[in-house]
Amino acid sequence: MKRHLLEAADLDRADATLVLDTAAQIDQALAGREVKKLPTLRGRTVVNLFYEDSTRTRISFELAAKRLSADVINFSAKGSSVSKGESLKDTALTLEAMGADAVVVRHSSSGAPHRLANWVRGSVVNAGDGTHEHPTQALLDAYTIRQRLGRLEGVRVAIVGDVLHSRVARSNVGLLHTLGADVTLVAPPTLLPVGVGSWPAEVSYDLDAVLPKVDVVMMLRVQAERMNASFFPSAREYSRRYGLDARRMGVLPDDAIVMHPGPMNRGMEIAAEVADSARSTIVEQVANGVSTRMAVLYLLLGGAPA
Amino acid sequence: MARAPEPARSTAPGGAPGTLLTSADVARVVDRMAHQLIERAASGRAEDGADGGLADLVLVGIPTRGAPLARRLAARIEAFTGTRVDVGTADITLYRDDLRLRGVRALEPTVLPDAGIDGRLVVLVDDVLFSGRSVRAALDALRDLGRPRVVQLAVLVDRGHRELPIKADFVGKNVPTSRSQQVRVHLAEIDGADEVLVTDGEPGVREPRGEEAR
Repeated sequence: MKRHLLEAADLDRADATLVLDTAAQIDQALAGREVKKLPTLRGRTVVNLFYEDSTRTRISFELAAKRLSADVINFSAKGSSVSKGESLKDTALTLEAMGADAVVVRHSSSGAPHRLANWVRGSVVNAGDGTHEHPTQALLDAYTIRQRLGRLEGVRVAIVGDVLHSRVARSNVGLLHTLGADVTLVAPPTLLPVGVGSWPAEVSYDLDAVLPKVDVVMMLRVQAERMNASFFPSAREYSRRYGLDARRMGVLPDDAIVMHPGPMNRGMEIAAEVADSARSTIVEQVANGVSTRMAVLYLLLGGAPA
Repeated sequence: MARAPEPARSTAPGGAPGTLLTSADVARVVDRMAHQLIERAASGRAEDGADGGLADLVLVGIPTRGAPLARRLAARIEAFTGTRVDVGTADITLYRDDLRLRGVRALEPTVLPDAGIDGRLVVLVDDVLFSGRSVRAALDALRDLGRPRVVQLAVLVDRGHRELPIKADFVGKNVPTSRSQQVRVHLAEIDGADEVLVTDGEPGVREPRGEEAR
């Protein structure tokens, strides 16, 4: 494993499989236990450096670190020296001086974790940077697919929605390709990035044509905060063409699953009855997020200091 | 240290140089240990008033090679007495104190019997007892997994050089070794054949690597 986890491309197939296997063993070891805590990272410090709002990712990382007995410091830009104008570098050096072994960073600017990795001695884990990558989300998604379907090789995955702004889509395309799955991106042309042709994925504009031929449908959130141009005429029209409702779910093969990284806009990209159906893995994804992040922290921090 | 570290020589007749136990030896040793476990479980019933006897016993293997060894002991106990014995495995990687020195490793499964280990006689099973650090880690892991009535330790080979106050209750074979030597246990389930080998390590490089000199 590399020292940092900044993007899906940091993981080759062996590393990615090691993370998933480790997560599965941790899951199994902790299942049904009263004391859900392991002493592995005792004395290590993990800093959650969050420049952007987040519920599940921050809590998930915090829980993962605490279950491995690491000390966790939560830092959010609000209410810190960042609001006094402190730069990312100075904040990072401060945390470094306090002895952080790992920095889990979320930032609204793509590439911020890469810069950070050059400034600190510890490991940097990207917890989402701008519209770039969110590798641990891709790992937990891959873990969830493998858990439900028993395999990743040859699994057909449709990633549907705002691919343009989605770090989840970017990381998933990379990681799923590494692990041997076939990815199809489904979105209106306005919500596909320039150069999508060079990604290791098929592209389609027609959700109804794709659905009968996939094992996994991954719905992306319509990010209202990034809808600053006319990407589609109206929410209603988007929902009719690219939303997953009960009728569309009925077209899916029998054992196909529906995923969503959360937070959901119920009624927009995904209908409530779909989100709550037996096909939906949305709650499992959250639970798997903790074990996957435990695996990542163990593999990055458990061994000899770099 | 009570035991003078007298380097082991090839002792098994008919084995290749460095062979400590042949396949037949391993089978005999496992059989003997199974009988000892049966005795212990029976006497435990008389002494502690625990009602379980063999039903009370849980064999918990320490991966990698402790796990098949525990299954074999259970199979032999069943063959001798007709009673099924619960078997589990407990991976200790996340409890090791040498992760920072040796780096991370892939994890192995942890599986406990459905009845759990609370209030029962747990016998930890490992292939080689060396520094005692793996056993300490296993004891830490057990504490998180439940509260056994008694914990005991069974090992196929005790090669000495303890670094902790730990002693095995059931020993297949005591082997005086020098610290630089390596003791390798091969089991059919993992390595294709049963044998125990002692090899001379390169001088000056060896440190105890945990129980298993891999």
